[in-house]
Amino acid sequence: MLEKALAGNRTYWTWITFLLVIIGAGAACWYWQFRTGLTITGLSRDVVWGLYIAQFTFLVGVAASAVMVVLPYYLHDFKAFGKMTILGEFLAIAAVIMCMLFIFVDMGSPIRIFNVFLHPTFHSMMFWDTVALGGYLVLNILISRVSLSSERRGEPPPKWIRPIIILSIPWAVSIHTVTAFLYAGLAARPFWMTAILAPRFLASAFAAGPALLILLALFVRKMTKFDPGKEAIQKLAVIVTYAMILNVFFVAMELFTALYSNIPEHIHHFQFLFMGLEGSNTLAPWMWLSVVLAAVALVILINPSTRRSETTLVVGCIAVFGSLWIDKGLGMVIAGFVPSPLGKVTHYAPTVPEITIALAIWAIGILIVTGLYKIALEVRGQMKTQ
Amino acid sequence: MDGNRRDFLKLAGLTAVGAAGVSSIKPTDAQASTTDSHAEPSAEGVRLGMVIDLRKFSKNDPLIERCVEACHSEHNVPDFKDDPKNEVKWIWPEYFETAFHSQEFHFIREDLKGKPTLLLCNHCDNPPCTRVCPTQATWKRDADGIVMMDWHRCIGCRYCIVACPYGSRSFNWKDPRPAIDEITADYPTRMRGVVEKCTFCEERLARGLEPACVEVCDNDEIVFGDLNDPGSKVRQLLAERMAIRRKAGLGTQPEVYYIIDDPRTLQETAPAAVVEVTEGGDHA
Repeated sequence: MLEKALAGNRTYWTWITFLLVIIGAGAACWYWQFRTGLTITGLSRDVVWGLYIAQFTFLVGVAASAVMVVLPYYLHDFKAFGKMTILGEFLAIAAVIMCMLFIFVDMGSPIRIFNVFLHPTFHSMMFWDTVALGGYLVLNILISRVSLSSERRGEPPPKWIRPIIILSIPWAVSIHTVTAFLYAGLAARPFWMTAILAPRFLASAFAAGPALLILLALFVRKMTKFDPGKEAIQKLAVIVTYAMILNVFFVAMELFTALYSNIPEHIHHFQFLFMGLEGSNTLAPWMWLSVVLAAVALVILINPSTRRSETTLVVGCIAVFGSLWIDKGLGMVIAGFVPSPLGKVTHYAPTVPEITIALAIWAIGILIVTGLYKIALEVRGQMKTQ
Repeated sequence: MDGNRRDFLKLAGLTAVGAAGVSSIKPTDAQASTTDSHAEPSAEGVRLGMVIDLRKFSKNDPLIERCVEACHSEHNVPDFKDDPKNEVKWIWPEYFETAFHSQEFHFIREDLKGKPTLLLCNHCDNPPCTRVCPTQATWKRDADGIVMMDWHRCIGCRYCIVACPYGSRSFNWKDPRPAIDEITADYPTRMRGVVEKCTFCEERLARGLEPACVEVCDNDEIVFGDLNDPGSKVRQLLAERMAIRRKAGLGTQPEVYYIIDDPRTLQETAPAAVVEVTEGGDHA
């Protein structure tokens, strides 16, 4: 089936070439980082995790969000998602691979990566996250491959795959819960030490992921003969709406607890995020942009007429995705380090090579999505032959 | 001092035996104590700790530099000069108020105010750093409670740095070797991409020597010993004096104590002590 990704028209190949150029630039920067060390990033003794780990965290959410199409389709027999499930699963595959790459480029000694498997450590949340992500990747590859092959032969999927699909539902929840546990169990970092971190991660994932899926589905519909169906898009839009409301509610809970309790080490991180501390306010404009985008998204999504109009829905989905990317793919991780456990404020901004490497990993993800979606559409005979 | 030294050598012999019994590469035995989230100190075996007398340090300003120098040159710790981004340090001074950041000292004695205070790995009895390490490249040694590092196993994920509430760990953002003034031949250098920190001079303890920072002290400014031995000098000091630990409320059981009282005020009458404290109370 893979060969179907290797034939395409001029637009397809121009797009692939564009992605490959970004990936090439990122690979060169990574080689430089590999030879010189992580000193070429903006990270420092006080801010030890940055853009890479933040992207990882955000993308775990995108990966987990596939469950939002799988669950209604398989557990509630919601037929309208029939054409969407494969897109969700393929998106999950791409997102998990991006997660793994972001962890890999963040490692100081990447050639020792197998130590994680040679010395499995059950009391480390990082070990469990590796297991959860690896398992989720295998599940999604297996499920999407088996269902697509059956579809190609015009048969119903084999019976044995159903329990595996059901297993993938709690598994999706687990990957983001364990990812939250990476942060939420650390006495050293009051900003993350909140029981609502995992629920908040899941809510933001179930908003950002399906929002991206709507955008992808509408884009694919425009480019090909594929039609996800109006009902499927609208149902996803409702899911995005509820998840986004929950996410904003959870953030408000965090703010109340920190601000009303008035404990300095909890407040300082929020001050840093939204106002800046000691002249270091690089994140503040971003965070306010995130707030504005969240407000715009909620207005568009809650209002039924703007949610139903696909033009405004697209704007709403872009706003959801942008708002949550800033919140989770930038602010959440960096603010945990500022101020430091000694109360120091250290400025962090990603460097050009660091951003290039991050962009390259996004390009790899987009390349995978492009290839996999093309395979799915070819199998269904929905590619435009132009 | 002499009696103390004898006690110490006895103790060092004990740890050397203990260390020989526990392979320094195989940390599996240490897991039982690291997974357990108990907040009580381990009562059994040797538990090495340190008592730093801030009063004595406040009378001996150059000593801080000597301690840092002794440690960093012995352990090939790179000096990146004015480059805080790549900084690596095992022991270093911070202002007293920064060292005890979460305790919000306001009206404190003049001799503590803004005083450089030595910070290092606390060798916690309940270390959060070893709990998070995905490869057991850092672990608490059963024999004496030292929090060890295996620089050959560390994958450089920096999770231990994230988990340490004391900022005691450093990452080698770039090759440290060019930044070492003079390489000490009998101690390893590190490569880029691994985490490092103080190991309570476990290599010196194995040879029956005190930690480098303790050795350069003139007058017991730093005392090192077994916290589980009621007769040890560290325990005697802690029984007689007022000592605090950094962020003890987190349950990590740090093993480095800081004496903050002034022995003169202890011997005087209570009102005199109050006068002394209020005199130093204009700190914001």
